[in-house]
Order: sequence, then structure tokens, then C-alpha cells
Amino acid sequence: MSADATQTGPPAQRMQAGDYALRGTVFSYTLVQEAPAGFEEQAPYYLALVELEDGNLITAQLTDIDGDVQIGNAVEMVTRKLTTEGARGMIVYGYKFRPLIK
Amino acid sequence: MSVSIIGAGMVPVREHWSKGICELGGEAAAIALDDAGFSNIDALYIGNAYSATYSRQTQLGSLIAQHCGLGSVESFTCEAGDASGGAALRAAYLALAAGAVRSALVIGVEKATDIVGSGRLAARNVSLDADFEAVNGATLTALAGLLMRRYMHEYELDLSQFEGFSLNAHRNGARNPLAMFRKPLRPGAFAKAPMLSDPVSLFDSAPDADGAAALVLVSGEHSADLVPNPVDIVGSALRTDSLMLQDRADILRLEAVSSSAAAALAQANLTLADVDVMELHDAYTILTALSLEALGLSERGGGCSWSQDDGRRIALDGDLPISSFGGLKSRGNPNGATGIYQTVEAVLQLRGEAGDNQVAGAKHALAQSIGGLGATVATHILSAAPD
Repeated sequence: MSADATQTGPPAQRMQAGDYALRGTVFSYTLVQEAPAGFEEQAPYYLALVELEDGNLITAQLTDIDGDVQIGNAVEMVTRKLTTEGARGMIVYGYKFRPLIK
Repeated sequence: MSVSIIGAGMVPVREHWSKGICELGGEAAAIALDDAGFSNIDALYIGNAYSATYSRQTQLGSLIAQHCGLGSVESFTCEAGDASGGAALRAAYLALAAGAVRSALVIGVEKATDIVGSGRLAARNVSLDADFEAVNGATLTALAGLLMRRYMHEYELDLSQFEGFSLNAHRNGARNPLAMFRKPLRPGAFAKAPMLSDPVSLFDSAPDADGAAALVLVSGEHSADLVPNPVDIVGSALRTDSLMLQDRADILRLEAVSSSAAAALAQANLTLADVDVMELHDAYTILTALSLEALGLSERGGGCSWSQDDGRRIALDGDLPISSFGGLKSRGNPNGATGIYQTVEAVLQLRGEAGDNQVAGAKHALAQSIGGLGATVATHILSAAPD
């Protein structure tokens, strides 16, 4: 612990589509039992921190899980429905990760 | 310029179905002002995190100032997620230390039960990253689960290692009439509790609640003329880290816990060895373990050494008492008010007015208020006025 004044760092770049590697391994995971509004129908669902092949961490749901999840499992990014918004049920698509199909 | 606390008050942490933001904040303010015997307030700072999404209400500064009869006083909300209380205290400290105001009222207030279940989780999720976390169905508890799972994996720990933190919190909360949950936890129950987001269970996670707490602060050397037992703010610092776990180089290192505490202690010219009681942000046991490590009180991976033997070392009569009134876990977590509850509790300790929760002879206290999982951290060091 140092008593230094505020440390400076490089400005953080927010990731954009295309920035990330599409494969990685499970760095950590949890089974979400209590979901926020918009996600109730999916509960329980796995949320994970995935360590991508380029070294970045990314927060995402795991999908197509059949059996146990373990730290270190190989996974790959897929496009899935995340939730729906508004009275007309507009679908929000995004990324999830599924077990790597060899 | 020195800054002292001359009044403190808090309302019970509950589900206050019949009270709104104004009533809760006003009650706490009235207790603190009465305690101080002082009503000449230059500015009112509000700590609140979620009124916009819990209650569809902003501009609490105007709302509560009018409710308290403070006229056209300077007043606004300070928001930093669950560190909003600590941030509001920091804002008051800055204004007083700079000489911009001579007295301030700080009110931490949260009305969480206007909304329940999945709606409350979504309302609370505004404090997560909207584009990368909330959109993927994350919650703060789920992210705490990710953090705890990784920690347990790296250091080969099991759930029982964390139990002592919750046992200690509930042991102390059982003695606090203002606490939300006043039942002690039965040893062994922790690891069998229902999972919220495994490995974070019901007995590991602090309950959201309604509450309000308030402080009256003055600057200068005249606080001892106003009250017999002023408490001095001898260190004040707020630091930030990446909002998201995924952006941190090392997710198991709470940098802002470390840097804000170091800055506050350096200002106070104290070390942790001088601190007699700590109010840490124990929203989850993993936060307590990682905070103890970031504070330098244990090695990496060794934070749970403080929870062993049912938390004996952190008990009211232990080596370093933590969560002396029950902490977030047992007293409850009224989100944006929590940082002020912690500070009021520290004030009572230093005045020797903590009743059944008293840490004998406490002279210096540390209160640490965390937003998210370490994204915003405010640390304050309080000292009893010399005899």
C-alpha cells in the first residue's frame, strides 16, 4: 500500500465489435438465480468472465450448456437473443459463449 | 481547516412501507441536528444512489432541504453507486476544509422498497456498465459471484472459509436495535444457504433496505465549544478504479480500496495499527476478504484468515473489530445511505456511546464505502477529540 497521490493510467478504450478474439476459456462463472427485469424467463442462467485468446476478459452469458461448467472450459462466441425491450418486444441481440465445438 | 462531526443520527434499517425519501431523510436529519444542538446549516449534501430508478425521483437536494425547513440552502445529491454515502461525506468535507461553508448537514437516504424483485435488480443495475454488463443479464450479486468463484479457485478455498465474516456481522447486528436482521447465524448454516449467484448465497449477501442516516459537520477549532464530544475527520480520500471487473489487470486486487485508505491514513498521520474499529463495505464476504488484503492486513489469498474461529479476531473484543453494528450484512444495506450509517456508527464508537456494540476504548475508526465491486471507494478516518 503506498500513500502516493492519484495514479495516472492510459485512457481506457471501450471495446468495439471486431476488436475481440472469438474464442477463449472460462475464467470464472456463476449461475444467476435472481434475474433482473427482462431476463426472468431465462433464469437460472450462467454468467461468465471469459478470457479470450487475445488475453482480454469479457462478461457474457454461457449458452448451450449440457452438463457442468468448469473454469478453463474452452468456449466460442455466438450471436443470440439477449432480451426484449418495450411493449412491442423488440429483440436485443448480442453475444454469448457456448462450449467450443471441435 | 479541521473538520469535526458534532451531530449524528440514524433511523432503523427496515422495509419502511409508510415512509418516503423525505420522511426518512427528514427523520435522520432531525435526530442529528438535535444531537448537535445546532441548526445553522450552510449546506446539505445528500448521499443517494438509486432514487431515479427506485422511485422515479431526482433533485433530492431541493426536496429534502425544503422538507427539513432549511430554506434556500445549497443542496444537491452525490451519486457513486453504493459509495454514494461516502461520496457525500467527502463532498461535505471538501467544502468545509476549503472554507467554502462553515457547517454542513450530510444525509444518506435510500428508499429501496418502492420496487421489488426483478424490478429492483434492474433498477439497481444502472450502477453496472450498461453496454457490457447489464445488457448481458449481470447483476452486482452475479459479478460478486464471478469474483468469489475465481478467488476460491486460485487459492483453493471452500465456502466455510468465509463464514466467520457473516457470523461476526450477525453477532454484532443482533445487539443493534436499528439493524434489519437481528438474528445470529447458526455456525454451519452459511455453506448450506440457498444460492443467489453461486458461490454467493443468501447468508453471504447484504439485504437491500430503506434507511437514512445523517451527520452535522462544522469546520474550525470551535467544535469543542459546541458539543462536549466532537469527533474529528482526520483523513478523507476517494479513489476510483475501472467500473468493470473485465477491465482490471488483476480482478482480485481492489486498487481503490488500497489507494483511498493509504491516502486517508497518510493525511491522518496514522497507520492501521492505530485504528481500533473498522466499518468495511461487507456487502459480500468476498469484498471483506479482498478489502483486508488491499488494506495490507493479510497476504494475497489470505483475507479469510480474519474470518477463522467464527470471526473471533474481528469481534467487538477481537484484535480488529469489523462491522461493529452488524455491517451491511446484518444492519442492512440502504445503498446510498450505507456510507453515512457506517460513519454514524464510527462516531458512536469514538464517543463511547455504542452501548452493547461498544469497542472498549476506541480512539480511531476507519469507515470505507464501496461502489460496485471497488469502482468507487471513499475512506474516512475519524478520531475522538483528545480528553
